Amino acid sequence: MQTVDMQQLKSGEVNLGTSIMAVQFRDGVVVGADSRTTTGSYIANRVTDKLTHIHDRIYCCRSGSAADTQAIADIVHYHLQMLTQQSGERPTVHIAGNVFQKLCYENKDALSAGIIVAGWDKDAGPSVYNIPLGGGLFRQPWAIGGSGSTYVYGYCDATYQEGWGRDETVNFVKNTLSLAMSRDGSSGGVIRMCVITEDKVERLFVPGNELPKFWEGEEVLKLIAPVKKRHEFTDDMAVEV
Amino acid sequence: MTSIGTGYDLSASTYSPDGRIFQVEYANKTVENSGTVIGLRVKDGIILAVEKLVHSKLLVPESNRRILTVDRHIGMATSGLLADGRHLANRARDEAYNYREMYRESPPLKEVVQRLGLYVQAYTLYSSVRPFGVSTIFGAVDKTGPALFIVEPSGISYGYHGAAIGKGRQIAKTELEKLKLAELSMREAVFEAARIIHLVHDDSKEKEFQLELSWIGEETKGLHLPVPKDLCEEADRKAREALETFE
Amino acid sequence: MDHFPTSWGRPRTEAYDAYNTFPLHQRPNPGHKDAFAEGVQRTQQPIVTGTSVLGILYKDGIMLVADTLASYGSLARFKSIQRLHPVGSSTVIGASGDMSDFQYLQTLLEELIIEEFAEADKHELGPAEIHEYLSRIMYGRRSKMNPLWNSLLVAGKKDGKRFLAYVDLLGTTYSASTIATGYGAYIALPLLRTAVEGKEDTLTEEEARKILEDAMRVLFYRDARSLDKYQIAIVNDEGVTISEPKKIETEWGFAEGIRGYGAQIQ
Repeated sequence: MQTVDMQQLKSGEVNLGTSIMAVQFRDGVVVGADSRTTTGSYIANRVTDKLTHIHDRIYCCRSGSAADTQAIADIVHYHLQMLTQQSGERPTVHIAGNVFQKLCYENKDALSAGIIVAGWDKDAGPSVYNIPLGGGLFRQPWAIGGSGSTYVYGYCDATYQEGWGRDETVNFVKNTLSLAMSRDGSSGGVIRMCVITEDKVERLFVPGNELPKFWEGEEVLKLIAPVKKRHEFTDDMAVEV
Repeated sequence: MTSIGTGYDLSASTYSPDGRIFQVEYANKTVENSGTVIGLRVKDGIILAVEKLVHSKLLVPESNRRILTVDRHIGMATSGLLADGRHLANRARDEAYNYREMYRESPPLKEVVQRLGLYVQAYTLYSSVRPFGVSTIFGAVDKTGPALFIVEPSGISYGYHGAAIGKGRQIAKTELEKLKLAELSMREAVFEAARIIHLVHDDSKEKEFQLELSWIGEETKGLHLPVPKDLCEEADRKAREALETFE
Repeated sequence: MDHFPTSWGRPRTEAYDAYNTFPLHQRPNPGHKDAFAEGVQRTQQPIVTGTSVLGILYKDGIMLVADTLASYGSLARFKSIQRLHPVGSSTVIGASGDMSDFQYLQTLLEELIIEEFAEADKHELGPAEIHEYLSRIMYGRRSKMNPLWNSLLVAGKKDGKRFLAYVDLLGTTYSASTIATGYGAYIALPLLRTAVEGKEDTLTEEEARKILEDAMRVLFYRDARSLDKYQIAIVNDEGVTISEPKKIETEWGFAEGIRGYGAQIQ
């Protein structure tokens, strides 16, 4: 019998080469994501929704394999529904994070999933949990994830401040994701955001042609001092990492 | 119990014609003949107190405890068959463990009690088993604050401010009702609990008894622990004194 | 040094993380296929990692120190996580290696401690028992070809006896008056041995603290996966205390006058 080469199969999977993010603020959390799904360098879906409903006031952002993370999200959703029916109250974000973590940890050999869980509960108020590749669980005031996130750690470290309100937080998420999407080829499309507070979950949308703009190269140079000829680098540069 | 001897009381899986399950009622009888157990839910914690009847002077004083620990913050006290109580304690520990394993959080007492209720109830369904001969008072301080429950042989469970089971439960309940439980501190409640246990103990009918006390709350940093020896002895002494002046 | 840009800043081992961190999924030269790959498949690799833990004996007890960083390859991903963890009332463990495995061990130990607590028999597990338990877990997992990817220090004081021992992903154990894991075993251990050996019964808390802080500073200078923020755990007769995170004081002023890499003076 011919056996399936799982690694081969996995490498052909649909991936959320992604920029995702969650930030906690005074009254709630903002979660956000780009909308690009790729197989290799082909964009399989340019309007994906990576913000996944887990419970009334709990959402997660998914990165990694689309199939894996959807399956995990479905299982956690099931568990939290069961718990809600048994206990008669909404589960905490902490519990949701732990159920995610358990699944990711116990199946780490088979999964590629980097998940951020965020939401509001009456015990802790707003909270954000990050579950990176190996299946650890880390609580953070803000979390970024996916391939695009590596380009914007510095921006986030420099920008984030405690005590923000809703609008400042939404702006922070919007700007961060826009920067990440502009530098990461595996991220792009539109920005989707959710503002989760005690009272409601609010959906926000930024179309791909209305993303916040930052430095985009060439034209700035032209404005200051028009360059006659583009300078060309020919030498190999030494690299220090 | 007019139906005794009619054959409808031989199995938990058979109703009597008037809709009763005698085996469950007999299990309650076992509890009613056992030492009194009370639980107090006060302002900042829980007190469990047991009248442990000592059948023999040869027994080691601290042995055969009726108060058992389920989890760091959950304690239980049983009235009825001691061995059944231990079995339920083990089951309760498993339930608490399973909750922790799934949600990585200390289990709320309500959740453990509900699951244990299901387990106990299953023993009222079959002819091949006998219902548990214990009622159990569960106490805990969890994220909802102090919590107190009784699980009965039928599998039913209720939450209480003050709970009493066993031989002297009626007197104990009237005494508990007199207390302003929500205003008592844990320390005050220890004395009240000891007093009630001494009060309900019937010297004329019963042999020796030992007072068992445990508590959970601010005094113990949320852990279920035996009441410290000196406090226990003081409460015991005060309770005796109060009884003498009472009589 | 791997000069190919897509190899920079990758987690230490290369066989995973095809999706998350970098835009290019296929890397040039994936390496030779190991003929025994099937046999070693179950040994995964550390992903979110912590670096060294140091431990020394001193007059009144034991001291452990670890920085607060969890790295993701060369990315300093989580900058304020705790790698020192109290177990029961007289033991503390410190972990380097995979942080998800460390969290798993924490839940195992939590369950063990609760089980023992429920016995209510006035006995508690001390550092020696915790260490033995961990060593059995670690060896058991390596024997299933699926190790928990950690090096751990177990420290404690019970019944007046100090205890400091090591256990790693292979189940290897040993005990000494100074122990270090990871990079610390190369860089800090010689310093610790010089400062501590022979003085285990005379070093004061302040002296011990100073020794560890000096060692952490050197590690911060020389370990590229370290951070200048650390916590100290102390176990003495009063029990376990884990300090708030503190900064390492560093010295860079001498670099100002350095020019070029040889004869240059401008």
